[in-house]
Parts: sequence; structure tokens; C-alpha cells
Amino acid sequence: MTNLDTTVGDLGLRPSSRDPGPAERGPGRRRNTRRNSLVAPCSALAHAGAFGAKAAGPTLAVTYLSLLVLLPVAALITNAFSHGLSTFWAAVTQPEAVAALELTLAAAAIVAIVNSVAGLAVAFVLVRDDFRGKSIVSAVIDLPFALPTIVAGLTLLALYGANSPFHVDLAGTRLGVGTALLFVTLPFCVRSVQPVLAELDAEVEDAASSLGATRRQVLRRILLPSLLPAVLAGAGLAFARAVGEFGSVVLISGNIPFKTEVASSWIFSLSQSDALPAASAVSILLVLISLIVLLGIGWARRRFNVPEAV
Amino acid sequence: MSIHVEHISKSFGEAAALDDVSLEVESGSLTALLGPSGGGKSTLLRVIAGLDTPDSGIVRIEGEDLTGTPARERGVGFCFQHYAPFRHLTVRRNVAFGLEVRRRPKAEIRSKVDELLELVGLSHLGERYPSQLSGGQRQRMALARALAIEPRVLLLDEPFGALDAQVRGQLRQWLRDLHDTLHVTTVLVTHDQEEAMEVADRLAVINHGRLEQVGSPTELYDRPANEFVLTFLGPATRLGGRWVRPHDLAVHQAGDAPAPPGARQGAVTRITHLGFEVKVDVELDDGASCWVQLSRGTATDLGLEPGQRVWVASVESPEPVEPSDPSDAAEPTRSTLLHA
Amino acid sequence: MKDVKENRWRLPLRFGVLGYLALLVVLPVGTVFYRAFQHGLGAAWDAFTTPDALHALWLTLLVGAIAVLLNTVFGVGVSLILARHRFPGAWLLDALVDIPLALSPVVIGLALVLVYGHTGWLGNWLAGHGITVIFSVPGIVMASMAVSLPYVVREVLPVLQEIGTEQEQAARTLGAKPFTIFRRITLPNIRRGLVYGVTLTTARVLGEFGAVAIVSGAIAGKTQTYTLFIANSIDNLDPQSAYAGAVLLCLAALLVLTVLTLSDRGREAWHRKAPA
Repeated sequence: MTNLDTTVGDLGLRPSSRDPGPAERGPGRRRNTRRNSLVAPCSALAHAGAFGAKAAGPTLAVTYLSLLVLLPVAALITNAFSHGLSTFWAAVTQPEAVAALELTLAAAAIVAIVNSVAGLAVAFVLVRDDFRGKSIVSAVIDLPFALPTIVAGLTLLALYGANSPFHVDLAGTRLGVGTALLFVTLPFCVRSVQPVLAELDAEVEDAASSLGATRRQVLRRILLPSLLPAVLAGAGLAFARAVGEFGSVVLISGNIPFKTEVASSWIFSLSQSDALPAASAVSILLVLISLIVLLGIGWARRRFNVPEAV
Repeated sequence: MSIHVEHISKSFGEAAALDDVSLEVESGSLTALLGPSGGGKSTLLRVIAGLDTPDSGIVRIEGEDLTGTPARERGVGFCFQHYAPFRHLTVRRNVAFGLEVRRRPKAEIRSKVDELLELVGLSHLGERYPSQLSGGQRQRMALARALAIEPRVLLLDEPFGALDAQVRGQLRQWLRDLHDTLHVTTVLVTHDQEEAMEVADRLAVINHGRLEQVGSPTELYDRPANEFVLTFLGPATRLGGRWVRPHDLAVHQAGDAPAPPGARQGAVTRITHLGFEVKVDVELDDGASCWVQLSRGTATDLGLEPGQRVWVASVESPEPVEPSDPSDAAEPTRSTLLHA
Repeated sequence: MKDVKENRWRLPLRFGVLGYLALLVVLPVGTVFYRAFQHGLGAAWDAFTTPDALHALWLTLLVGAIAVLLNTVFGVGVSLILARHRFPGAWLLDALVDIPLALSPVVIGLALVLVYGHTGWLGNWLAGHGITVIFSVPGIVMASMAVSLPYVVREVLPVLQEIGTEQEQAARTLGAKPFTIFRRITLPNIRRGLVYGVTLTTARVLGEFGAVAIVSGAIAGKTQTYTLFIANSIDNLDPQSAYAGAVLLCLAALLVLTVLTLSDRGREAWHRKAPA
């Protein structure tokens, strides 16, 4: 990088106020060289992207997104109704489909609630407690997000499946399905609450104490209400993820129809048996329902969010 | 409700925040804890409130030993520098909070809140959220909130620190008026000596965790117990090895008027006009330098220019300035200043 | 400075949380490692280096490289367009980018088959030109791209929007040409977000299962990615291969986490992940 880069960076005009500029990074500057091995290929790709952006601009972008997103989604919607509304209805009211949808939505809701509570507890420990190895805990929480879903499913199958050292067997049970969903949705529930909790002013709790509030009252009247929007956001993310989850569930659930078959598994088996319109129909319904739930959560969040300064 | 703080010490790790501090606050008075940032005054306030526990010492309110009592049972009202508003509650609910956690009947709460909002001038803003108020309004809300529980004492931690100069001035006056109406024992922490002197009945100067001196503003200003109090409370300069207030100095062009005994000679180095006051920097012949504070009129009359030869003399009252009564000062071993 | 409040719930909460994390995450992952090396390093290595396993690994890396490359290029391009140009329908582009996050991977795979399969919208046209997408490598690449599409854009676009055009305008007044401006001003600014986005994309692509399962047909030795190979091994009652593969992917995930944590934005970017 040349002089111009250093100068511009030193002016403190950084992307976000959270980022220290190169001038402020100080000893951390050495970190830059370690990451340079990643940065160089990224830069090269970015250049190509910029070139593309300049060269053919919006047309290229539209083509890229059309081929990968727009066309497939359009095809999905069209295909679902390709044989008319009655066929759509038949596909989504098929007993196995209904069972799968019910299980999926119920499981996602329960898991979202359980992990909202758990996520809150984890966030409290991360923000307010202090012990050796706390940073390892933080990494553990992110692991389900970085891990491939099939591997996640395998780890749960290994510990809670047929040869479990705990002598339980959750394979083929709804509890097993729930456990898999808890695993993959945990990071969302923790990371949505944690920064909000960290930024809460400690003085506010002191104020409440001095006004006569017990520890429980402080929690109930001050802390939790402040955290509620973040908890709802996390719950929404968890729900959305759980509803569509496939890889982690497929191993431990056994995909037993009417018992542990989730919607994504049902769609999968429909597609394997070439019943594509039915698969599309169920997909559309699944997307619609989760969209409605997410909108509802979004509304609830806005309702509980405090208005900004006028 | 009087406050007695006896031999309070507190350390955070290695650093001693408070070192054997004892202080008595008279019931119904407004006392300011004054001192530089990090000196320990906020810590002392929090110890009185019960938000921090001292390593040793006793806190009494109206004679009752409250050292082991948690904050919520002490009946203290506390206001923070950044107001600590409950953001998710309206102004009304904020003020009502202390009453709600005590489970008072709704009607009682409503009327009390109305009364308090009226008192602090926020009646028309009851349904707003704190984020929709200005800084001054938020602090008034915080005061109303603290007063709602009818506290025995009111503790204010740099309440005006985060406000504009103009708003600060208004609120200072307003606070004094409020105190004169309500007569709640109040302790105010500030690093602004002008604020302390303007608002408080008594000042307690705290530096490096030690109580330097306690007394009325005039006492501390005219009879400081040590150099720190002297320099902290008002402008100070040295003439002939002694400390003196710049406005207690007279200056004349050499030759203009006979120099009184004890006067020093020197040359004007700089003249700064600060509105009503004029600051004249003088380099004395003995190598030291001092500065003199004159009113505009006096300065014009004297017709001073940089470079001129002048004499400087102290015109304080003939009675030599003595340190205050040792029983007021916490450290009688400190050397006395401003002596003849 | 505050006293640390003596809270009688502190220890129970701590141990409760640690217990939950142990049971849910740590012990399961540990079990896989244990099972993989249960019969010794040699056996693990053998399971790891079977022809099918190695082919799956190679295929995954190949597909991954292509998908990440293309998504980065297009991701930066789309970000630049959305950040710097105003045109009707820009909102639609923005929404399209986020859609893959809202869909189950199985649904994404299905949707792709409906367009590129032999009975799909473009099926005939593709067949006529001798191109097979579904059940072959190009399909896997597309599926991988579709599921990981949002990550680069969602990391780079906000940064571009936040830094605004002032620096670029300043550079222009100083006489720099557009491409120089990109290279010396824009790129350094988006560097951190870019690394973060690319890392997320890579992790997603390597770990993708559902969409690829539908699109590839999972033909061993031909279109079986690493994740499909692991699933297949379990079905074929060959858990050893599965565990060996899982260990590799766990290590890859830990590497991803390390890179993400080293990037300063790791913590702050998390709470911006909400799609709705």
C-alpha cells in the first residue's frame, strides 16, 4: 500500500466508529501482516468485482441475482400452482404434510422459546460473570454457527443416539429433533442479547436499588424490559432457522413419518420421488407461515421498542 | 436528617479511594463535596448511599448506623451525572418507580407524581420518554424521581456535569431554590468550585481520598487550611514567596505612585482582557512571576502596557490571613499559608 | 468503579450455563473426536483417505473455490451498485440478496431444480446446448452460490454505505482515476468486512448439505460433496468414515471461528444478522 492509503486512513475516516484506524491500531498493526495472506486473494476478487460493477453494472448484477434467486423463486411459486389451486390444496392438506408442518412449527416455536431463556442466561454469564476460560465459552457458543449442519447432527447422534455413553437413545424421537434444533439456534439467541446487555448502563440498576427495588424487582422491571426487543429478535432468527433446518435434524430424527419427519425432510422425499409440484406447494406454505410469524415478531419488537429522541 | 461519616476508608485494589474520612453534615443543609476528578468524592457519596461498601468506618443517618444496610433500605435519594433514566418507561413511570416498588396504591402514586412533576416543571412532559427530553429536563426528572420516595437525604453526583454552561447556571439556581423550599439534607458532589460556592452552605474539600477542609465557602476561600484548598478554590498567585489572591493585589506604573512597603518591582509581560476583568501578567525582578486581576475600569485608569515597569503590592486586610480553626481542618499538620 | 455485587445466583447461573453448553455442544463434538480416534490414529487415517472420501473432499474444495470466488466478485459488484447508484428497482435487488437467508436449503435446492432440471424452465435450452447442471458439478456450484449469496453483500454493503462517498470524492478532486480510487480508497476501507464476508461464505459453502443433496443426486465418486459423503457413510453403516470426515470439518470450523474472532468486527457484526 502506498502513501496515499496511509494518509487517508490516518485521517480517521474509517468505515465505522468501532474500527480503530491504522494510526490508532498501534501494536495491533502487526496483526495486519498475519492476515495479509487472506487479504491478498480477497483484494484480487474485490477488484474483479469492481471491474464488473463498472463494466456492465446493474445488468450483470441483475443477471446474477436472477439466475440464482429470482428465477428459482419464481419457478417455485409457479410450480406450486401449476396444476391449479385444488392440487395445491391437496398437497398441503395431505396427512403426512400436515404432520410434518405441525411438528416443524411446534418444534421451532418451542426451541425458540427455550433458547431465548437459555440465551439470556448465557448472555448474563458472558457479560456479568468473570472466570478463567470465559473466552473459550464464547467460542463454544459460535461453534454451532460455523459447523456444517450434517456434522452437528452427527455429533448429537454420537452422544445421544444408539451407542450413547449416557445410555439414552434420542434417535427417532421428537426430543432428538428438538435437541438438534437447540444446537443450531443457540448462537442466534445469545448474540442478539449479549451486546445489548453489555451496553446497559450500570448506573440504571444503582438508581433502581437506591429507589428501593429488590434485586428481583430490578431484574423484572428494569433489566428484562430493556432486553425484550433483543430477545425477540433472537427468537425470530432462531425460529426462522429452525423451521428450515435439515442437515442437523436428518440424522437423529430418522425421518419417521408422522413422528419425527420435519417439513424439510418431507419436501426432500417428495423431490426424490419426483412429486415436484407437491414439494413446491409445501415449500411455499412453509415459507408463508414462517414469514407471517416473523412479521408478527417484528411487530412485537417495534411495539416494545422505546421511541428514539424526537 | 444529619449524616455522620466516621473514619471511612475504601480501596479499589491497590489504590486508596478514601483514606480515613470523617465528616458531619448538618440536618437540612446543602453541603458540597468538592475536589478534583478521581479524588474520591463520588466514592464517598456512593458509600453514604450504600451503593459501595467501605473497607472500614461507619455511616450514620440521624444517628442510625446504616453501614451494613443495603442501599434500598437507607431511604436515600440519589441522582447520577448521566441521570440513569429508565429508558423504557415514560417520565411519569420513572418518577413513580420508587412508589411502585413499594406497592403504594395507584391513586396515591398518581397524585404524588403530579405534585412532583409540577414541582420540577415537567407536568406537560409526563408521557414522553427520557430520550425525548433535553439534558436539563432529564436531570429534573431524576430529581423528581429521587424525591418521590421522600428520602431522608438527597445525594447528587455531579448532577450538572453533562450540561451546557447556560443550562447549568439555571439549574444551579433552581436547585438552591428547591432546597430552600424543601429543606431536605442534601449532599452535592462537584469538581466545579464556582458551583460549590454558589449553591452550598458548607463545602468539604476532598483530594486523593482525604478530607482537606470543611467550612463555609467564605471560610475556605479566605482561610484555606493548605495550599491545595487555596489553589483549588480560587485564583492564586505568589508574591514574595507568599500566596495571595490576584484580586487582592494592586499594581501601578513605577514612578506613578510611591510604592508601599513590601511592594515588588517588575515588568508587565502580558495584558489579557476577559470581558469585565483584566489579567495582567508581571515578571518580577527576583525572577518569579505573578498575575494581577483588575476590573476593567481600574485597568483603563492605570493605562498599563506590556513592557512597562511596575510595582505590585498586596492590599489584603491588615488582619493577617490565618488558617482556619484546626478542629475544622482534617490535617492540622499541614503548613499554614497566607500568613504575614 | 463499583463493588462487584455479591449475588447468590451467580454460581448457580454459571454452572447451569456451563452445564447446558457442555451437554449441547462440547460433549457431542468431543464424542465425535473420540469415536474418530477410538481405534487409533492409523484406523482414522485409513477411514479418512478412502477413494470416495478423498474424491468428496476434492470436489468440495473445487466447488468451494469456484463458488466463493464468484460470490465474492459478484458480491462486491452488487454492493457497489447498490451503494453508489440509485435506480428504480434497487429495493428489489436488495430484497433478492436476502431471500436465501429466509429459505430452507432444501427449498433452495428444489427451486434450482425447477429451473435447471431436465424438466425445468431452462432444461430444454440447456440440454440442447449439451450442458447438464442438475446432477453434476455446475449444479453443485450454483446451489452453493445460492445459499451463501448474501454474506459478502451483507458485510460489504453497510460498510460502503457508512463510509459514504466523501473519501472517494476527495480522491477524485486530487486527480485519481476511478480504478485507482477503488484500489486505494474503497478497497482498504471494505477490507475488514470483505474478509469477514468471504470467511462466512467459505464456511457456508463447505458445510452446505440440504440444497446440494437435492441438486447433486449424491452419486459417490462423482457428485458427492464432503457433507454428502458423511451422511452417506452413516447410511452405509460405515460410521468410521463419517467420524473421520466430521473431525476434519470440525477443525475447519474452528479455523473459521479463529479467523472471524481475529477480525475485530467479529463481535459487533453478530447482532446485525437479523433478516427481518
